[in-house]
Amino acid sequence: MQYLEGRRYVVLAIFLLVGVLFAGRLFYLQVLDDSYKVAADRNTLQRQVQIPYRGQIYDRHDSLLVTNTPVFDLVVVPREVKRLDSLRFCQLTQMPIEDLRLGLRAAKIYSRNRPSPLIQNLSTRELATIDDMLGDFPGFRIQARMARTYKTENLAHALGYVGSITPKLLESSKFAHYQPGDNVGISGLESYYESTLMGQRGVQYRLVNVRGVDKGPFHGGQYDTLSVAGQDLHLSIDASLQAYGEKLLAGRRGSIVALDPKTGEILCFVSAPHYEPQVLTGQGSGNRYMDLLRNPDRPLFDRPLMATYPPGSVFKLVNELVALQLGVVTPGTGFPCNQSLIHCTHRHEYPSNVNIAIKQSCNPYFYQVMRAAVLRGQSRNGFEDARLGLGQWQKMVKSFGLGEKLGVDMSQEKRGLIPSPDYYDKRLGYHRWNYKTVYSLSIGQGEIGITGLQMANVLATIANHGYYYAPHFVRGIGAVGQPLAQFRERHYTAIDTSLFKYVIPGMQAVVDGRGGTGEFASLAQYGISVAGKTGTVQNAHGPDHSTFAAFAPANNPKIAVAVFIENSGFGGTAAAPCAGLIMEHYLRGHVAPSRKRWENWIMYGDLTRRGHH
Amino acid sequence: MTPSRSSRSIDWPLVLLYLLLVGLGWVAVYAASYSPEAPANPLASLGFSQLMAFNWFKQLLWMGTAAVLIVVLLVVDYKAYDTLAYILYFAMLGLLLVTLVIARPIAGSRSWLEFGPVRLQPAEFAKFTTALAASRFMASINLRQQNWRDQAVLAGLTLVPVALILASNETGQALVFAALLLAYFREGMSPLILLLLAAGGVILLLALLVPKLWLVGGFTVVLAVAFLLNAKLWRHHLILSLSTWAAVIGMVFGVNFFFNHVLQPHQRQRIEMLIDPGKDPLGKGWNVTQSKIALGSGGWLGKGFLNGTQTKFDFVPEQSTDFIFCTVGEEWGWAGSTLVIGLYMALLWRILLVAERQKSVFGRTYGYCVASVLFVHFTVNLGMTMGLMPVVGIPLPFFSYGGSSLWSFTILLFALLALDAHRKQDLLR
Repeated sequence: MQYLEGRRYVVLAIFLLVGVLFAGRLFYLQVLDDSYKVAADRNTLQRQVQIPYRGQIYDRHDSLLVTNTPVFDLVVVPREVKRLDSLRFCQLTQMPIEDLRLGLRAAKIYSRNRPSPLIQNLSTRELATIDDMLGDFPGFRIQARMARTYKTENLAHALGYVGSITPKLLESSKFAHYQPGDNVGISGLESYYESTLMGQRGVQYRLVNVRGVDKGPFHGGQYDTLSVAGQDLHLSIDASLQAYGEKLLAGRRGSIVALDPKTGEILCFVSAPHYEPQVLTGQGSGNRYMDLLRNPDRPLFDRPLMATYPPGSVFKLVNELVALQLGVVTPGTGFPCNQSLIHCTHRHEYPSNVNIAIKQSCNPYFYQVMRAAVLRGQSRNGFEDARLGLGQWQKMVKSFGLGEKLGVDMSQEKRGLIPSPDYYDKRLGYHRWNYKTVYSLSIGQGEIGITGLQMANVLATIANHGYYYAPHFVRGIGAVGQPLAQFRERHYTAIDTSLFKYVIPGMQAVVDGRGGTGEFASLAQYGISVAGKTGTVQNAHGPDHSTFAAFAPANNPKIAVAVFIENSGFGGTAAAPCAGLIMEHYLRGHVAPSRKRWENWIMYGDLTRRGHH
Repeated sequence: MTPSRSSRSIDWPLVLLYLLLVGLGWVAVYAASYSPEAPANPLASLGFSQLMAFNWFKQLLWMGTAAVLIVVLLVVDYKAYDTLAYILYFAMLGLLLVTLVIARPIAGSRSWLEFGPVRLQPAEFAKFTTALAASRFMASINLRQQNWRDQAVLAGLTLVPVALILASNETGQALVFAALLLAYFREGMSPLILLLLAAGGVILLLALLVPKLWLVGGFTVVLAVAFLLNAKLWRHHLILSLSTWAAVIGMVFGVNFFFNHVLQPHQRQRIEMLIDPGKDPLGKGWNVTQSKIALGSGGWLGKGFLNGTQTKFDFVPEQSTDFIFCTVGEEWGWAGSTLVIGLYMALLWRILLVAERQKSVFGRTYGYCVASVLFVHFTVNLGMTMGLMPVVGIPLPFFSYGGSSLWSFTILLFALLALDAHRKQDLLR
């Protein structure tokens, strides 16, 4: 049987072959292929995020505007549900049986071991009745979470709102550490200051077994982090002024922006029509959002930041300052109200100087002021002369923060438009336009667009004799108590600070002079001098917009305000008394009863009916 | 015969390998059944009945009883294995039959005998008795002489217990009996039988993976090329080659029938999962997927003793019995797994060496039976754990938790050691 001896090696070879094969396969599985390590972590590691307490928001007098309160949800853990008496359960919770069935199915699809919400935002009474009986329904429990709560009915546009993060946002790198279902500031200050308000999330890595049962911390918790509560925001908004402003414009479309010229702090920020901030939180917020979206008056539209209007006659102030800076006019320059190319709206005294011109808002005067500023004989070619002149004009106008974003602490800001020579070249052709083409700019009409916020900022700049701080809502963040660095920086215009004094007497005359166009804004009865300018903005969408911008007291400005009321006729009739009331409320802390008639007029009057511009 | 003489002639390297594997196995069982919530020193703080809830404690008891078994096996007159071979064989057949009748089905299998808290699986021990009987019979015949009657008796001897075990729905245990073919091969069985079985397996697998027409076409082309290359030789075996061709075609097309009508649904699923484990990773593919994750997350050196998350947190099913190697792979890494594989290779090599030095055909055949049975268990168990073979529930020798399997492998091995210790006396017989 000698020849069978060799078979022992065949058997041994088979054994060894399998051994080597297995060692090789294991080498591939354990050493070369990393995917199993990832899969193992996915099996056992559960990342539990602790949501920090979101920062609260206060007004300038430290009254609480936005806070967090616990709300209670009824949640279900499908794996723990046993012998559910669904009839009794539905009686207890007032929940249709069909909703219960759908809810349970959705919960099972999400996770058998983790809680899914069944009913959100239980009322206190529901909570009391359900909580007592939950012992009979294993797998169901009450879970508390923090929800945004508003202590104010105003300022919705600035505050913005908080909502579940959208799949689109989740994709961006800025929100890389967010999870589906997390809350995030969607708009307004909640969005701009998201990282400040949100604080730092705490993360705990827990080990779980195959049934999702917690098995203690991962590596003794050495990778865990604690959550840090978000920082509070202290706004410069005056809550009572804000409420008053929203009340005044409740039935209108338009905006009010009031600034403290000395700091750039926004005191009041009205976008009309307004809505209440809590409308966009809690149950049914989606439907309410859609209702607002469909409203033809567009309450969601943040008018002070996003609506750009031609500024109308208010812009004459800027044109005058540009011309003064260029040296083409002096405060004593007079131009005839000659109605040559541009009409004046009313008959008035001869504009022999800038004060009279501003007080009377004389269109032909400012037509000629801007003409002098633009056509300075810089080229023998008339077209080129207008091109060069308009280019210099545009640069100087933009130095007022116009045609650019001011950099307010909100993301939706629009830049507006101050047209450049290129703008006209593109629209009309190179050397195909001259001053006669663009002259509407001289009275703030035509291709120009500015926002309510920019308008208020122009007035603050004039009040400051030539500089402004970028307008902002937040004057103090958390314990540090300072606004962001960019809001502590002065911006100077291209106009000499010494020239601003020449336009202010005219503006005072607008309000307090005999027959001034803005007389309804006067606070002379309280010894407060107001400097302002009316504007009546022609537009293609119906009656003129009424605008008025002012600051007060004229000698020591504490507030600069810009009012736009859409389709409400002359600036002097609608916007001026509104601005007067706002300034009175802010400077005196209240509005005298004798002035209630003005409130009624603005709220209920037929603004297009009477008065002059 | 004095104990000292006997102990001098015991093959200590084999004993050492046995002790190493059983010891490492217990460590793995401890890790697999370890629970972080258990008291730090359970032996001191828990009562016996509470300790009986832990697999590692019960395994300690099985190991203790196995030690008693070893003493008995070595003290018993070595000639008894030869003498009693047929009696044990038929007694086992009777036991299997009785089990089949009286056993309560456990997980679909009627193979467990229950004595209070203790459960035994006679099929585990049928390997031993069948190996003994086959070796005894082998010693009395010459397989090479193509005596059809002897060969039929040998086949019957092997297949009767297989049939009984299959009837009890323990496919895995029945499959192990194929191991005996390796021993028969060593004693002169035609290699063609092994080759045909291997080829059949390959063709079945290919038929599941490759479109059938390709397979038939490919095989026909190969055969035709071989025919053209050496037409003269092939003409002599025309009938053989044509019938082989027909058999292959038959197998290829019979696969569907086999797959859908012969295999039981759970067996069909296991083969489907082998081919595509990603098809249903949370359901039918769970075992294979989780087993591979546990193994694969081990890396070079593993996560360390008791630090295996996949096994500790119950992601791997049957982790102290059939899937015990997952704990090895996860906690000891590639280094540890390869060491364990190396130990098995050393054990098998040593058993072959011991078998070859037997002076009797009985002893040698039995030695080969032991090696082959251990080898098949090793191969099927690890192959399943690594996702190379369908899930077949058979234990890893010496490692898997369980009294029946530990006892049966101990008996298999130490009966050989007992025979080996007296091989010189055998010569004098």
